[in-house]
Formats: sequence, structure tokens, C-alpha cells
Amino acid sequence: MANESSKKSSAKKSSAKQAASKRAAAKRASRKAATKAPAATPDDLMQYYRDMLLIRRFEEKAGQLYGMGLIGGFCHLYIGQEAVVIGMQACTKEGDCVITSYRDHGHMLATGMDPKGVMAELTGREGGYSKGKGGSMHMFSKEKNFYGGHGIVGAQVPLGAGIAFALQYKGTDNVCLTYTGDGAMNQGQVYESFNMATLWKLPVIFVIENNKYGMGTSVERSSATGANLHDRGKAHGIPGFEVDGMDVLAVREAGEDAVAHCRAGKGPIILEMKTYRYRGHSMSDPAKYRSKEEVNKMRQQHDPIDLVRGRLIDGGHASEEDLKAIDKEVKQIVSEAADFSQQSPEPDPSELWTDVLLDA
Amino acid sequence: MTIQVLMPALSPTMTEGTLAKWNVKEGDAVASGDVIAEIETDKATMEFEAVDEGVIGQILVAEGTEGVAVNTPIAVLLEEGEDESALSSAGASAPAAAPAEPEPAEPAQSAPAAPAAAAPAEAAPAAEAEWTGPTKTLAVREALRDAMWEEMARDESVFLMGEEVAEYQGAYKVTQGLLDEFGAKRVIDTPITEQGFAGLGVGAAFMGLRPIVEFMTFNFAMQAIDQIINSAAKTLYMSGGQMGAPIVFRGPNGAASRVGAQHSQCYASWYAHCPGLKVVSPWSAADAKGLLKSAIRDPNPVIFLENEMLYGQSFEVPDADDWLVPIGKAKVVRPGKDVTITAFSIMVGRALEAAEKLAEEGIDAEVIDLRSIRPLDVETIVRSVQKTNRIVSCEEGWPFAGVGSEIAALMMERAFDWLDAPVARVHGADVPLPYAANLEKLALPQAQSIVEAAKAVCYR
Repeated sequence: MANESSKKSSAKKSSAKQAASKRAAAKRASRKAATKAPAATPDDLMQYYRDMLLIRRFEEKAGQLYGMGLIGGFCHLYIGQEAVVIGMQACTKEGDCVITSYRDHGHMLATGMDPKGVMAELTGREGGYSKGKGGSMHMFSKEKNFYGGHGIVGAQVPLGAGIAFALQYKGTDNVCLTYTGDGAMNQGQVYESFNMATLWKLPVIFVIENNKYGMGTSVERSSATGANLHDRGKAHGIPGFEVDGMDVLAVREAGEDAVAHCRAGKGPIILEMKTYRYRGHSMSDPAKYRSKEEVNKMRQQHDPIDLVRGRLIDGGHASEEDLKAIDKEVKQIVSEAADFSQQSPEPDPSELWTDVLLDA
Repeated sequence: MTIQVLMPALSPTMTEGTLAKWNVKEGDAVASGDVIAEIETDKATMEFEAVDEGVIGQILVAEGTEGVAVNTPIAVLLEEGEDESALSSAGASAPAAAPAEPEPAEPAQSAPAAPAAAAPAEAAPAAEAEWTGPTKTLAVREALRDAMWEEMARDESVFLMGEEVAEYQGAYKVTQGLLDEFGAKRVIDTPITEQGFAGLGVGAAFMGLRPIVEFMTFNFAMQAIDQIINSAAKTLYMSGGQMGAPIVFRGPNGAASRVGAQHSQCYASWYAHCPGLKVVSPWSAADAKGLLKSAIRDPNPVIFLENEMLYGQSFEVPDADDWLVPIGKAKVVRPGKDVTITAFSIMVGRALEAAEKLAEEGIDAEVIDLRSIRPLDVETIVRSVQKTNRIVSCEEGWPFAGVGSEIAALMMERAFDWLDAPVARVHGADVPLPYAANLEKLALPQAQSIVEAAKAVCYR
């Protein structure tokens, strides 16, 4: 399943081809059913399509608002990596927690945070999740168990282990999805966290989003042991797996195994998602460190949204019109979020002084 | 409705740029994500992608144009079903026209931007009631242990972690007996991994637990200072009040004895610099106990600076079930009328010693134990200076941007008219702490240095 070519998505709809791919899909489904987890239902696929598209369109809009000067400072877009958070979120249950670093808009939308509140935080307005005081890299939602939004590379990893510690301390069987990028994998505190997580069997899934570049430095140029990061937990006895992070179903399948591992009290686990960001590291990055061909190849042949779109169309689960309706719905949500993010007032000057300390 | 494509800002500082190249021409269909132009910013040449799909109806700014202001319309996109006739109705055919300040629109500003007002003044909390009941004699280390014991018994969410806190019973025996009483779930030996366990503690605190994180000494907390400042101190603010970190970081601070430069420094001013933290540094066992209990109950991150040389010193401690000392309240430990001496932690003892010597010379010194460095009880200091008109600040740490510098600045702001002499600072020598016994003694402020400073401000 992980290697399924996304060429399917561009397969034309000659009825013969459609029938053939339908058969292939059925075969895949039965093979999968025979091994373990049930294959994705058409409803699942439609949901993932919608959720990934929401992130894609949201990020495009954020890029546009940045271009208009409405969003300031740093803004790291998630475009290209959508399958990772949507696939992982599909494995969670009530009470599971999520923490990540600064490329975080996709994670927030995946946990169900309101696009309006996220966009209004990007524009620095009162209606934002942090009342405009956090910005792109610092948003949180207690209600959705989203713990940020952290700007120092790697610092979210011990925090995630601590969240898992608390889940265990409280006697729950919940897990903490702790996301890092490939760049963070050379930070010492990541390995300090690996060690403690194994010592104390913490229910933490370390999800490495390997998008191949830490800002402008490729993994090959920064990692002494090459591009594979899932084996970085070996010294601490943490099992690690490589996953096609461009395929939401492959992510989900790996995520389900990982979540089961953690819930069973077996301690931490590492999932390395091979993924790709289409845009630069941040808005001002011209991305000269990689070729246009490389980017285009990923976009055209491995796009996570096209892949699901292909499965829906080829599998006969949805028509172009059905998908168009979803596109329209998503566009509407994003447009409302953009409107809200401009209409919401700037925070009151008095907000400068609030939330520094709580009253004892 | 046609869509105006605007000159984008492609870096945090860009206000205008060069439209280097158009990758599309009028009549071309574009989809969201297609690179339509290349734009030179103040930093680099960037690709500019379409956000909407449609057909390029008109290019308004020719390629090669320099100095194109951000948000100037540079092209018009026709949406599905539109043709060129839509262009004129959109009134977009006049590129020279002042760019109709596109949508962004001013936020509905709630108030005219007020000048960044000064921080609201905080009143110091009421002091603890004077204890008149029975007391018992306790060493500081026992008082600290009792505080943790009582709070762990009181609240299941309190736990203790650090190096050697459990089976070894504490590197300085401060945590003696806690493992036996509360078990390994709540008294946790960590690996030597300060940044890791400090961050782990903060993550647990985000979840509502109340960790006590012991650093074997605060020197090692420098490994963890990013987690303390960036994660513990700032999250409440960055989350708009949604979540903070009720956590205590505690351990010995300052010089011990002959342990060399890397193991001997005072962090009071380092942490006190940072909004979002409370910083406490007690001297007596009674304050150590009462303040640690308050720190554990406090919903904010608290830096609790102890002193190894004080662990074995005994004091009378109220024999009460629930002895609390409020954070943010100083204590006058010796009333006097001629000169105010402020100190905290081990320096309080030296200040009292100095006061005795001064008394022999006819100078009646008032000694204030600051107890809390942040919030600092400025009120108590000012009230004392209004009486004595002279002040000497004492600390073991370095002078530059030290606690004494802050007190000097505050006295200038709040007690200028009451001062009869410049504020004097007694502090550690501005060097890494030396090992040689004689040099170490020279580097650390002694009672005699305080005596001399006090006499100087009294012009004696």
C-alpha cells in the first residue's frame, strides 16, 4: 500500500481502466484485511481528503495573507506534509495529546482546532487561540489537547515526554504524539528524552517528520549515519519504523500499531515519516538548496492529496462532482477564517500585561 | 468577480521588490500552487505562486519593474466563467491608479494605540502572621524536607524528581525519607540529564501535575535554562492564559566551599530577570519551610534557591500543621534606624553579624531579609529607607546587572528624595570564583565588607 504509485490519480477515466483499478483496489483491500487492520472505508478516504485539503488551502491562504503583510514574522507552511498529521490523528482517541515544534498549523487543524482561531492568531488578533500573543509558532488548545507550538528546535521533545509522563501518572491509557522534524534529531535533549521514555516506559510516540531539509541543510549533510532517522532510538531500545509519509493510509496503519504499542504499556516508539515540504523553510526562504525538478517530482508524483483523490475516483467511491463539493466547502471554511482573521480586532493594549503570572 | 493578484511581501522586512519575471502570460490558465512570477525581495529571488485558480486576464506590472510596493495589484485573474469583459467592470485596467488598499482593512481597532503603559504596580502580599505558638529547632535541610513531605501528603499531584533524590536519599540529604513514605512513583531518581528532566517536568506541569524538580546544584540548571525560561516561564503568556507550568525548580545555589568556579555562582539575578518566573531565596529554616510550601502550591513556575552552607544551620520553626510564608514579602529581621541593609540567603547571616559590629560603633542598622527576589518587596525596602535614608545591598553574586543594581535603580526611582548617600552595593568579586582558600575568601563578600559599606554611606 505504501508504494502504490500516485500515477493512479492521473489515470483517465476510461471505463476499462476504472474497472481495472477498482479490481486492484478490491484486491488490495482484501489482502490488507487478510493481514490485519481493516482497510480504509470510502468514508474514511473522503474524510482524509477533506481534512488534508483543509490544511492545504488554509496554508495557501496563510501564505497569501503573509504576502499582503497581514501575517508577520516567521510563518512555516505545512504544504506537502498533510498526510502525516491526518493519518496519525486518525489513530487517536479522546484524551490523547499532541505537541510539535513550529511548523504547526497542520497539527492544530488536525486536532480539530477552529481554523478561524488559528488564522486570527496568525494575524495577531484578539480572536486568535492565544489572543494574538503567541503567533504562528505558539498556539495551544487545552480543549483539543494540543500543547503547542514550540519555537526552539527539539525543546518540544522532553515536553512531550513529560506530557506522556503525566498521562501515565494519572493512570490513563492515553498517548502523546510528539512530533519533531529531521533537524531536531541532532539535538541532545531528544536523546535525553529517548532515554527517560524507555526507562519509565512512557506512552509517547516520537513522530519524526523527515522532510529532508533542516532549513537549508539536507539530512545527508547533517546526519552522520545517513538519511534514516527511525533507527536513532536503537541505543535506547526504542523500536523505530520508516513510513511513507506521503500516503495517509500508510501513516494510519503505522500509527495504529504504534498507538497499540504505547497503550499496552510497552513504552515509546519512533515513526519516521518520509515526507516533503513544497514551500521553503519559512516565507523568506528561496529554497536554492534543492532543485526545481526534485520539488516538481514530489508535487506531481507523490502528492498526498492527489493520492487519496485517485483512490476515491478510481475506486468509484466518489465522482469529480463529489470532490468538487468538498473543495467548495473547504474553500468556504478557509475564506471565512481569513475574513475572521482580518475582522477580529487587535488585542486590547491592556492585554500586554495579562497572563504573565497567575494569581497564587 | 475578478481576483486581483497583489505584490506579495516575501520576507518579514520586505516593503517593496522587483518583479523580475512573469512565468505566465495573459490568457494562461493557472491553478493554485503554480509558480506565476519571480520576485526579488530584499533578501533573495523568490518564486511567487498563485493562490486561486483562473485565467490570467491582465498583467498590470511589467516584468523588470523595480520598486513595486507590497500589496500593489500586479495582475488580474479571471475566475471560471469570466472573460475579458469582466476586466473593465473590475476597473483594474489602470495600473497607475493608486492601489486600492486591498482588503486587509484596518482591524477594528478597539482603542487608539495607547503608549505602552507602565506595568501595573503590584502590591506586596500581606506578611505571614507573627508566630507566637510553640516552635521546634530544625536544620534548614529538615525544614525543606518537611515542607515537601507535607505538600506531597496533601496533594497527590505533587511529585519530586531529580538526581539522587530517591534511593540515595538526596545528594545533600534534603530528600531523606521521602522515597520510603511516598514510593517510587512520586519520588523519582533521574539520569544525569538536566535539560531532559527539566523539560519533562514542564510537560507534566502543562498537564496539571505539580512537579518539584531538584537540581543537585543550580550550576547544573544552566543545561536546562532554555526549558526553564522558554518553556516554563513563557507558556502561560504565549497561550493567552490557557496553560502554564505550576512547577518548582529547587536546589542549592551560590558558593559552597572550595568547589571552584563552575560549581560556585549565584543565579538570583539571572532568573529574576525573566517575567513569568518567581524567584525565592530563603535564609532561615522557618522561611525555607513556609516558602517552599507556598512555592509548591503556587500556580506559576518558582525558582527556589537554597544554599548548601545553610543546610546544616538550625533555626526555630513554628510547630504548626500548615506553616506558610507568602512569596513576595520581605522580612525585617533586625530593626534599626541608621542604615538599611538588604540581603538574601546566606548573606542575611553576614548582614546580621555586620549589624552587631556596627552597633558596637554606635550605628543602628536595620537588616531586611528579601526572601523573595521576584516579586521583590520594594515597599518594605522603601519604607525602611524613608526611616534610615541610607541603604546597602548585599549579595554573593556578581555586580553587573545584579540584584543590587536593581535595588539601586529602584531606590533612585522610588526613594530618591529620601536618600542621604548613594546606594552602596556589596557583592562577590567580578571574577570566576577561585579555588585557593585565601583567594576564595577575598572573592566572597564577608561581614566586614558590609560593615565598611555601611560606615561609608553613614559618612563614618
